[in-house]
Amino acid sequence: MAMIEAEGLARVFRSRRHTVEAVRGVDITVGEGEIVGFLGPNGAGKTTTLRMLTTLLRPTAGTATVAGADLLRDPLGVRRRIGYAPQAIGITAGGSDPNCTVIEELRIQAQVYRIPPADAAARIRLLLDQLELAGLEKRLCKTLSGGQRRRLDIALGLVHSPRLVFLDEPTTGLDPQSRSNLWDHVRALRDELGSTVFLTTHYLEEADALCDRVMVIDHGKIIAEGVPDELKHRISGDVITLSFGTAAGGAQAGLVLAGQPDVKDIAADGPSLRLSVDHGEQALPALLRSLDGAGLTLESVQLARPTLDDVFLTLTGRSLRDDSPVQPGPDAEPELAGTAS
Amino acid sequence: MSFFRDTFLIFRRQLRLSLRNPAWVIIGLIQPILYLVFFGPLLSKIAGGGLSGFPPGNSYSFFVPGLLIQLGLFGAAFVGFTIISDWRAGVIERFRVTPVSRTALLAGRVLRDVVTLLVQAVVLVLAGLAFGMRAPFAGVLIGLGFIAVVAISLSAISYTVGLLLKSEDALAPLINMFVVPLMLLSGIMLPITLGPGWLQGISRATPFRYIIDAMRQAFHGVYATTVMAEGICVAVGLAAVCVFVASRAFVRENA
Repeated sequence: MAMIEAEGLARVFRSRRHTVEAVRGVDITVGEGEIVGFLGPNGAGKTTTLRMLTTLLRPTAGTATVAGADLLRDPLGVRRRIGYAPQAIGITAGGSDPNCTVIEELRIQAQVYRIPPADAAARIRLLLDQLELAGLEKRLCKTLSGGQRRRLDIALGLVHSPRLVFLDEPTTGLDPQSRSNLWDHVRALRDELGSTVFLTTHYLEEADALCDRVMVIDHGKIIAEGVPDELKHRISGDVITLSFGTAAGGAQAGLVLAGQPDVKDIAADGPSLRLSVDHGEQALPALLRSLDGAGLTLESVQLARPTLDDVFLTLTGRSLRDDSPVQPGPDAEPELAGTAS
Repeated sequence: MSFFRDTFLIFRRQLRLSLRNPAWVIIGLIQPILYLVFFGPLLSKIAGGGLSGFPPGNSYSFFVPGLLIQLGLFGAAFVGFTIISDWRAGVIERFRVTPVSRTALLAGRVLRDVVTLLVQAVVLVLAGLAFGMRAPFAGVLIGLGFIAVVAISLSAISYTVGLLLKSEDALAPLINMFVVPLMLLSGIMLPITLGPGWLQGISRATPFRYIIDAMRQAFHGVYATTVMAEGICVAVGLAAVCVFVASRAFVRENA
């Protein structure tokens, strides 16, 4: 059974002066037990799509079934079945009240889902253990560390054991250690509880390390979709860099290798050659043999697998790195557009 | 029913938060108490001087209802600030994704504000008694009833404006823009009947004028009058409009 089945989901924001098409008709299918990553730069439409799927924002077009309930006709049914941890970046935080204690927050969450007190107590104990929050029950949320607070936000979304969990930028703002720790928790959600996880991220490592499947969104459209490895292969191929002692050697090697069937593209850079090949580890021995046959001596060989960043660069012509300046196009989602009135 | 249970859950949560920081309840009381102590004695002199417009009898029975309205205006009208910080913490969004009644998110908060304001009002009435106010018990109860209904109106509308604006910087001047004229035109300090005709005319177009007139009659032990009926109609009508507008804003898909 598909946990998410969306067709042509779109959202247009209108204000007096201009119209912004934040999401322009996306189709999403997520199967049970999958961890799916929604990858895109700031302003690509990730959060707007997530807000539509979680009943926070009404789509201007399209239909969707989320966790078995119709998004438009039965939003309450959707809300009963899904868990959600809002994003905690920019000016909004992830859902816990700074002046409440950890246990108060977990309890009220259980109460609004009408979980019987005894079941709630057991469930909360389990979550506190699983998310390494045990011992912090009496602490005010504002006194927690960033990683602890984020784990609490996620725990709040899990109190009612939802089969589908939405995490909006779950690790943004966390240090690398807390981040990989949180990845373990998300994996455990699926492996131990069989939950389906739909998360947004603009970290490529995160999508790569955590997700079974990735959807790349840019300017409100899904531009690529697949298993991370497959996406990398399909879009960029591997890169082999060969270094020779001299530029002449490099040029000569270029001529020798140009005819090889595996080689898609050759770029010479002085004494170095950059080759794009489909399956680098399989192509390499043959390439080395033919260089040997031509009597050319190599100084070094490097085989690089493409990263999702390369994929993104190939697809959009832009890099998705943390430190790259965000340059939303004229039609990009305005910051926090989903929450504007 | 689910709505009442949800309202109670939110009310209890918000009340617990208020009790964690009771300082604000006390700070809210400071202003009306200051007026009572530093302005009340002047007023009793003026009223005692036989100035026209003052009802006969105890001047504090005239003054304390005015202070109660002032307490309500400044106490309940500014609660919108708290919904902005809740929104900023992601609390509103978090609850909107749960099956909790979205109207209960409003109602639970409004109920908390009503309770807070009633506690403050009781303290203010007791302080008034200490200063020499004399009013029948039933009249004071009616006055507190008015304050509760006023609190519902103002707090509901304040949350709505806060939720729509999402900016403290914009909310404060906006509230002052409405609250200060409403307060002046209701005749909190002095009888509005002292003023010229045009001022009385404008005053008749503001809701709190009617409410305060009715409260003053109640504090003087006069109940079965047209003024009282008008006051009740205006208070309840205002609350109905405010609650209607506010619950629509809270239930809306995108807020």
